Amino acid sequence: MNNMSSLGIVTPQSMHFAAALALQSGASLADYTLMYETYGTLNAARSNAVLVCHALNASHHVAGMYADQTKSSGWWDNMVGPGKALDTDKFFVIGVNNLGSCFGSTGPMHINPSTGKPYGASFPVVTVEDWVNAQARLADALGIHQFAAVMGGSLGGMQALAWSIMYPARLRHCVIVASTPKLSAQNIAFNDVARQAILTDPDFHGGDYYAHGVVPKNGLSVARMIGHITYLSDDDMAEKFGRDLRNGAYQFGFGVDFEIESYLRYQGLKFSEYFDANTYLLITKALDYFDPARACGGDLSCALAETQAQFLLVSFSTDWRFAPERSREIVQALVNNQRRVTYAEIDAPHGHDAFLLEDPRYHNLVRTYYDRIALECA
Amino acid sequence: MNFNELSVLRPDLAFIAHWIKPGAHILDVGCGDGVMLDYLQTDKQCSGYGIEIADERVLASTKRGINVIQQNMENGLAIFADKAFDTVLCLSSLQMMVNVEAILRDIARVGREAIVSFPNFAYWPHRLALIGGRMPVSKSLPYEWYDTPNIRCATIYDFEELANQVGLQVIECVALNDGRPVTFLPNWRGNLAVFRLQKK
Repeated sequence: MNNMSSLGIVTPQSMHFAAALALQSGASLADYTLMYETYGTLNAARSNAVLVCHALNASHHVAGMYADQTKSSGWWDNMVGPGKALDTDKFFVIGVNNLGSCFGSTGPMHINPSTGKPYGASFPVVTVEDWVNAQARLADALGIHQFAAVMGGSLGGMQALAWSIMYPARLRHCVIVASTPKLSAQNIAFNDVARQAILTDPDFHGGDYYAHGVVPKNGLSVARMIGHITYLSDDDMAEKFGRDLRNGAYQFGFGVDFEIESYLRYQGLKFSEYFDANTYLLITKALDYFDPARACGGDLSCALAETQAQFLLVSFSTDWRFAPERSREIVQALVNNQRRVTYAEIDAPHGHDAFLLEDPRYHNLVRTYYDRIALECA
Repeated sequence: MNFNELSVLRPDLAFIAHWIKPGAHILDVGCGDGVMLDYLQTDKQCSGYGIEIADERVLASTKRGINVIQQNMENGLAIFADKAFDTVLCLSSLQMMVNVEAILRDIARVGREAIVSFPNFAYWPHRLALIGGRMPVSKSLPYEWYDTPNIRCATIYDFEELANQVGLQVIECVALNDGRPVTFLPNWRGNLAVFRLQKK
């Protein structure tokens, strides 16, 4: 990963919302704070704003670096910045941290005003649609009535899709990368194994581990290991690790024999040191629940009937988590509604993770698409 | 893109464009760099989609602002509903396909009308090359036999037969030579066969 960011130093901001937010579950958040970052300049017509929605483990820190930290490049720094595919010389880009996260926006680690204690596991289950409603309030506060585009990869792509359904007039373009209109049984199964790892960790304490001064590190670490397997392709894993042994010989025990074990354990451990277990539970549930076609008896074309945006969808050939077939379902539903849609299927070896990596075919396509959007904004 | 620009760039497409009604909903199977849809969108207020497999052509089509869907045409047109389009174009692509018959049936399914073009193998210089004992290499078939993407060699008569077989009725058949229609001995003198078809 490149540690040099062309955007330079960026500063996160926060905005407090005093009005209660009604959630899909029937619960509500009395008040909340959203962390966000902006890059570039909003034009006089307020027509060049792009909202970038984050996936499972990311945040409002999309691009740029923090002043006091090396290795602090934003999670989509290769996509967003001056001269990048999403060019901050042309667009006003907003990254926002979703509710329930552990990166500053109101989440389970924060104090529940009605109890005076951290929310913990009592933080209400939030959905993709709830996030979009919260993001829309941020857009209102920033004076953005219509986005040039709402964009996201994976879970972020679900938010972009939800935007096009819930606020059809508030975005001109919808950019959905490596995403799906709903999780498959297999996707949900992986999520549930991850959740079980956390829920059964003795340090979980029903979600109130903050009070016990512990963190369910093992559970969170295993959850991350499971997730990580689904982000990589079989070929990619074979090429990177194969059956390589850590110490050249079988150890005849249950420690680390293979490089892949070492890698996954390291990834799990690293993750468990900065991510919150309650947040992981919440976000995997948001993934599981997302299914806009459900309100239409499973008919995605019906669910997308009110959309007005133009769409760009990108999938990756070796992504088996959200395979190209899933993107094609969205394309098909859009075509049925005669919506404007461009769809690219990038033949890349890196599985689901490909959406975060630099691939000239992928980035050139996104750049070309945004160049055309920029012409409309001028 | 206006008509003059299209005429210079692709006279064959300019000829075919006359057959397309303004405002029609179009599917362009094998849309290449998207030039035809670009023209139809801007000059004839048409809507629709292009299908293309090659990365660089998907990019070129996106640059032109047309709706391009990247997929292998050999996998069929399953994402499109029956009679979804006023006209389905398949221009200079059919000769590269393995499942010609299946694609044609799918084209007949999704479109009310179809326009298909392909290099005419019976063009006289091709016949001459064969009489001389060699596979033809010409402007319309510019590849050597061992590296050609044009794996289906057909003549105007051959295609007419297959079209009938898959339930398509020939409304018009024109042989073009460098974009100009040939009326005298078309199966000899035309290097591009163009069929306008309707479902029977």
